[in-house]
Amino acid sequence: MATQNTKTLARLMMAPSVLLLLVWMIVPLAMTLWFSFQNYNLLNPGNVSFAGFFNYQYFYTDPAFFQSIWNTLVIVGGVLLITVVGGIAIALLLDQPIFGQGVVRILVISPFFVMPPVAALIWKNMIMHPGYGVLADIAKFFGLRPVDWFAQYPLFSIVIIVAWQWLPFATLILLTALQSLDGEQKEAAEMDGANFFNRFIYLVLPHLARAITVVILIQTIFLLGVYAEILVTTNGGPGYASTNLAFLIYRTALLGYDVGGASAGGIIAVVLANIVAFFLMRAVGKNLDR
Amino acid sequence: MARNVTTRHKITATVAAWIVALIIFFPILYTLITSVKTEPEAIAGFSLIPSGTFENYVTVQTQRDYFKPFMNSVVLAVGSTILALIIAIPSAWAMAFSPTKRTKDILMWMLSTKMMPAVAVLVPIYLMFRDFGLLDTRIGLTVMLTLINLPIVVWMLYTYFREIPGEILEAARMDGAGLWQEIVYVLTPMAVPGIASTLLLNIILAWNEAFWTIRLTTTNAAPLTAFIASFSSPQGLFWAKLSAASTMAIAPILILGWFSQKQLVRGLTFGAVK
Repeated sequence: MATQNTKTLARLMMAPSVLLLLVWMIVPLAMTLWFSFQNYNLLNPGNVSFAGFFNYQYFYTDPAFFQSIWNTLVIVGGVLLITVVGGIAIALLLDQPIFGQGVVRILVISPFFVMPPVAALIWKNMIMHPGYGVLADIAKFFGLRPVDWFAQYPLFSIVIIVAWQWLPFATLILLTALQSLDGEQKEAAEMDGANFFNRFIYLVLPHLARAITVVILIQTIFLLGVYAEILVTTNGGPGYASTNLAFLIYRTALLGYDVGGASAGGIIAVVLANIVAFFLMRAVGKNLDR
Repeated sequence: MARNVTTRHKITATVAAWIVALIIFFPILYTLITSVKTEPEAIAGFSLIPSGTFENYVTVQTQRDYFKPFMNSVVLAVGSTILALIIAIPSAWAMAFSPTKRTKDILMWMLSTKMMPAVAVLVPIYLMFRDFGLLDTRIGLTVMLTLINLPIVVWMLYTYFREIPGEILEAARMDGAGLWQEIVYVLTPMAVPGIASTLLLNIILAWNEAFWTIRLTTTNAAPLTAFIASFSSPQGLFWAKLSAASTMAIAPILILGWFSQKQLVRGLTFGAVK
């Protein structure tokens, strides 16, 4: 009887968050799915009709669609490459005995706490500006012509900014994992004459495997939706050169007023994200059994 | 000899680490320096020595009413966090102390809602906000941020609560403690650190959320994310003033963040890395 009571109580305690999230997940997604099969333009809201797969076809045949998918992949892949490789290197460095470790850690993780619009504007104006940026100052110092980063390499510039924001996250997680490595094992390997390279390949890297997986998967979830950094720097341009899928959907929806088209794009984004989510859930779920 | 090698090793590592750290931190440092330069100084080429004026901070407040978006950020971040905690604490509690076969599935499912890309539901959310008159209101955005971060809050609390040993409860019961005493004298003191960590991390996440806060506000409820994003065009603020506004926007959360390094790892990896 008591257990029955406890069970009921537990269900009641869980109900609010479960119900809220259920509604939050199902209602908007169902609406997006519904809209994706409608001709619905906010400029002509009285004239809504069934569109079949027209919106998907339209999105699919739009040259901007493939470019945006490609750009999305470049942003995700580029940032992951920089943050994982850089994160491992910096984590290994910070794992050494150094003077002022606490301060160094604080400096290294700081970019993660900078809100995206601020990060993007700092880089746009203070660092990468072709006239007054620090990089231009350095180029001029060496007698070179400053690079107009956002005009010449828009996508690369965005990758750099986003990588700067996520490098601390990767570093912090990898460092945490590194510090849980058994010191005795390291010493034993050293005693056996394993050099740094061998210790890294056979001892450290396998130990970091789980943390690296987690970093890749979590960052991917956020990187698929990079938005504010694009909005305040290139606004997706020049042309569609730095438009990712998230930004294209925003453009279609709120600048093109095309509810149907944007919804079809949204469904495509959901499918993409789900592929990633599938792997993340497995990685996290395994840990839960532990 | 051996000691000599370790000292040299330590010095080399220290120099390398400081160089890396300063390069990574440089954009923030330079913003801080630029914020106390005059406008002509700010565009006069590279310089680490400002004239040290605080005029920019004053101007940002008087010309742009900085205090308003700042207060919006505070209300949204703190409000949504407290709301999420109120909803999440009972759930996490139930999952940690009376788990069933389905507890794990429910947790995984909650996490999966976090995977839904925001843009995918931009259209319906925007239309609903418009129809319910919630666009550009603090209440609408608070609810939004609560829902977005609820899964992380439940997860974080769950991983903390799970570490409270059940034997302590049994011991308290043996000593004749009632449910109420159990909660007040035994569980609460043990749960408070976990709740505080969750609170801290969630405030950081909510403060920096930059999709919904920008898209669903215009002026009245716009927090600092939207305020700063509105200066993306060059004719907005000048650089020294923009730096002052940026410094004020990131300083509180930067300091909070420094205190929450450990919780950050745990919270954002859903307990997979500790």
